[in-house]
Amino acid sequence: MKRILASRELLLLVAIGLLLGLISLRFPAFIAPSKLVDVFNDTSPLILLAIGQMIVILTKCIDLSVAANLALTGMVVSLINLAAPGLPITVILAVAIGFGALLGMFNGILVWKLAIPPIVVTLGTMTIFRGVIFLLTDGKWVNSHEMSDAFKAVPRTVIAGLPVLSWIAIAAVILFTVVMTRTSLGRAFYAAGGNPHAATYAGINVGRTQFWAFTISGALAGLTGYLWVSRFAVAYVDVAGGFELTVVAACVIGGVSIMGGIGSVPGALLGALFLGIIANALPVVNISPFWQMAISGGAIIIAVVLNAQANRTPGRIILKRAEHAT
Amino acid sequence: MQLELRPDVSVYAAPDVVPLLSISGVTKTFPGVRALSDVSLKLYPGKVTALVGENGAGKSTVVKVLTGIYQPDDGEVRIDGRPVRFPTPQSAESAGVTAIHQETVLFDELSVAENIFLGHAPKGRFGLIDKDTMAARAREILSDIGAKIEPGATLKDLGTANKHLVAIARALSIDARVVIMDEPSAALSHTEIEELYELVEELKRQGKAILFISHKFEEIFRIADFFTVYRDGQMVGEGAISDVSEPELVKMMVGRDVSQIFPERDHNIGDEILVVDKYEHPTEFADIGFTLRRGEILGFYGLVGAGRSEFMQALFGITRPSGGTVKIDGAPVTIHSPADAVKSGIVYVPEDRGRQGAIGALPIFQNVTLPSLARTSRKGFLKLAEEFKLTREYTERLELRAASLDTDVSNLSGGNQQKVVIAKWLATQPKVIILDEPTKGIDIGSKAAVHEFMAELSDQGLAVIMISSEIPEIIGMSDRVIVMREGRIAAELDRANITPETLVSHAAGIREAGL
Repeated sequence: MKRILASRELLLLVAIGLLLGLISLRFPAFIAPSKLVDVFNDTSPLILLAIGQMIVILTKCIDLSVAANLALTGMVVSLINLAAPGLPITVILAVAIGFGALLGMFNGILVWKLAIPPIVVTLGTMTIFRGVIFLLTDGKWVNSHEMSDAFKAVPRTVIAGLPVLSWIAIAAVILFTVVMTRTSLGRAFYAAGGNPHAATYAGINVGRTQFWAFTISGALAGLTGYLWVSRFAVAYVDVAGGFELTVVAACVIGGVSIMGGIGSVPGALLGALFLGIIANALPVVNISPFWQMAISGGAIIIAVVLNAQANRTPGRIILKRAEHAT
Repeated sequence: MQLELRPDVSVYAAPDVVPLLSISGVTKTFPGVRALSDVSLKLYPGKVTALVGENGAGKSTVVKVLTGIYQPDDGEVRIDGRPVRFPTPQSAESAGVTAIHQETVLFDELSVAENIFLGHAPKGRFGLIDKDTMAARAREILSDIGAKIEPGATLKDLGTANKHLVAIARALSIDARVVIMDEPSAALSHTEIEELYELVEELKRQGKAILFISHKFEEIFRIADFFTVYRDGQMVGEGAISDVSEPELVKMMVGRDVSQIFPERDHNIGDEILVVDKYEHPTEFADIGFTLRRGEILGFYGLVGAGRSEFMQALFGITRPSGGTVKIDGAPVTIHSPADAVKSGIVYVPEDRGRQGAIGALPIFQNVTLPSLARTSRKGFLKLAEEFKLTREYTERLELRAASLDTDVSNLSGGNQQKVVIAKWLATQPKVIILDEPTKGIDIGSKAAVHEFMAELSDQGLAVIMISSEIPEIIGMSDRVIVMREGRIAAELDRANITPETLVSHAAGIREAGL
C-alpha cells in the first residue's frame, strides 16, 4: 500500500508542480512565496474538511453535511459571541469543535444504529442543519460590526510568517497523519472500509468505527465553521453553500477510493491544494471561472481513472477464476 | 452391474437414441487446478440425468461449460449429434440450453413477467416492450408449470419456492430444450419439493433433456433415469439408475485413493477445553452439543448448507444464537461479538478469504496484527516494531513467502493469502481455533504446509475445529468427526469409524450404507 500511495501522491505532487509552472509562464508573480502562502491560507478550510471527509470515505461512507455543519456551527459561535462578547476565544474554539462533533455524532448514530445509508443520512442532515440556522436567525445575518475584535482576529493573526488559519491546517495534517498511521483507531478506519467482513471477524465494530469517522468529520467541520465566519466576518444561512462537493472532489483527486479502504492524509492535503491552486490561479491568469469547473471536473475523472488502474492486479483475477472452478 | 472406477469405462450400453446434448473429452484447466479432465456427459430427450459428485468434483464447472460461461480447453459439445460452440452465455441460450442455478439469479425489484422475459421481451410498435403480450405469455407459461403466481407481482414479494418457479418459467420462455437444474431442491420445503418433482415430470413429458445436480440420494433415485458420476474432475461412472444401488453410487463418488500424505501426529489429547451445549438458532441449526479437548482436531463434515459455517459463526459471535451455553476451561463464557470470542480464546478462520479473511488493500503486517492490536499498542498508539516482530514470528512459522511484510495482501498468491489469515489468528494465541475449509482453492504444496501446521498446533495443545468438505482431509486430519445434516448433528464418529462411506451416508441421510 505504501508504495502505491507514495507513487500516487508523487504523481499528484508532479501535477501540482506542472500546474504552478504553467501558471507562472503567464503570471510569474503567482509563484512568489508570499502569494503561495496566500493560496495555502485560502485553501486551509478545504484542507481541514478534506481530512475529515477522507476518513469518512475510508470507512465506505460519505458526509454531505460538512458544509451545512460548518455554517450551523459558525452561526452558533457567532450568536454566542454576539450574546457574550467577552467570552475567551479558547471557549469559542472548544464550543465550535464540540458542537461540530455533536452534529457529526448525530450522523454517525443514524448510520451505526439505524443502518441508514450514509448518503441518505447526510443529505437529510445537510438540509436540517441549514434549516436550523434559519430557525435560529429568521434568515438574518450576523455582520462584522456585531462580532468582537478578538473573535475576528484569530484566523488572521500572523505567527512566524503564517496566519493562524494556516497553522491550524498544518496542525490538523500532522495530528491526523499520526492518528491514521500510528493509532488503533486509524488502523480500524482502514480495516473497516477495506473489508468490513474481515474487520468484523477481527473484532472491529464496523458501525462504531464509522461513528467515530463522522464524529471527526463533524469536529473538523465545526472548527472550520468558526474559522470561516471569523475570517469573512459574516455568518448567514448560505455560508459555504455547495462546498461539500468541493470537499469530496479534493478527496477523490487526492487518491481516496470512493469504495473505501484506500486514502491518506497527505493525499487529501494534495487534493485540496490542487483545487485551491486552480481556484486562485485562474482568475489571475484571466481564465473564466467556468474553465475552473471544467478543469476540476477533468482532474476528478483523471484521478479516478488512475486509481482504478492502480487497483488492478492481475493475480487477483486469476485467483478468482481458480476459486470458482473448485 | 460392474463397478468400474476407471474414468474411461462406460459401464452401460447407451440407449439407441441420439443424445440431445452430449459432451466428450472436455478438459478445463485453471492455473493450479485441473477442474475437468476428459469428461463426458450425455443427456437424452425426455429423460433426467443426475450428475453426482462430491464438492469440487467438477459439476459446477461442467455446467458453466454447457452454458457458455467457460470455454473448454479441449473436447467437444454436440447437440443432436452436431458439434456446437458456446462462446457466450447468449449462444448457449439460443441453442436451447438453460440453467436454473443454486442461488436463483433473478431481479428482486422487477415484476414476475419482466423477470421471465428479461433480455427477450416481446416487442410491439416502435420496438418498445409489449407489456400486455408479455404478461399474457408469462401467465401462459406459469400456468403450464402449475404455478399460481401473478405475472404482475414484484419478485421480492414471492417466497423462495415461487422464485424458483419463476426461474423455471424463464427457462421455458426461451424455448429451452436442455434444462440444467443445479441443486434445485436445496432451498425448498417438503411440499415445495413435491411440486418440483411434478414439474420435472412435466418437463420430461415435453421432451426436454434434464440435467439434475443433487446431493440427495433419495430424490436422485426418485426422479432420475440415468446417472453420471464425477470425481476430482473425471468421469468415473454412468448408467441407468435402475441398475445401481445407493451404496454403489456412494462408492463411486468417494472411492478414490487417498493419495495425499498427511502429517504424523502425537494424538496427545488432554483435558476438555470447550463444551458447547444445546446451541440453537431459529432458522439455521438446532441442538448442537459437543466437547473439544486440548490437542484434538475435531472435523466437521457435511454437505454444503448443512449449517456447519452458520453454527460456527454463532459460536464466534457474528450471529446471535437463540439458546445454548459455551464453557471454556470449565467456565461459562458469554460471546456477543467476535471481540468477545477472541478475548475468550476462540478464533475463526473463515472460508471465504476474499470476503471475510484478508484485507487486500492493507499490508501483510497490518492484516496479521489486526485482531491483536490490543497487545501491540499502548493507550491506542501502535507500536510498529512489535507489530513487525509478531508478524515475522508467525509468518516465518507458516513459511510465508513475500518480498516484505509491507507488501499489500492483494499482491500475494491464494496460498500465501491463506497463510496471512492463519498467521493473523495464531498471533492472538487462541485456545480453540476454528478453520473453515482451510485448504479450499489452494495448491497441493500450500495444502501440505497448512496440514503440517495444524498438526503442529494440536501437538502443542491447541484445540482445532476443522470444517472441511474434502473427505481425504477429514480422514487424514481428524481425531473425531461430527457430521451435520440439515442444521443438526447427524453423527459423531471416532477415529476408527471415519470412512468415506460413513461420512457420506450420514451427511446425505442414507439410513443403511450397507458396505
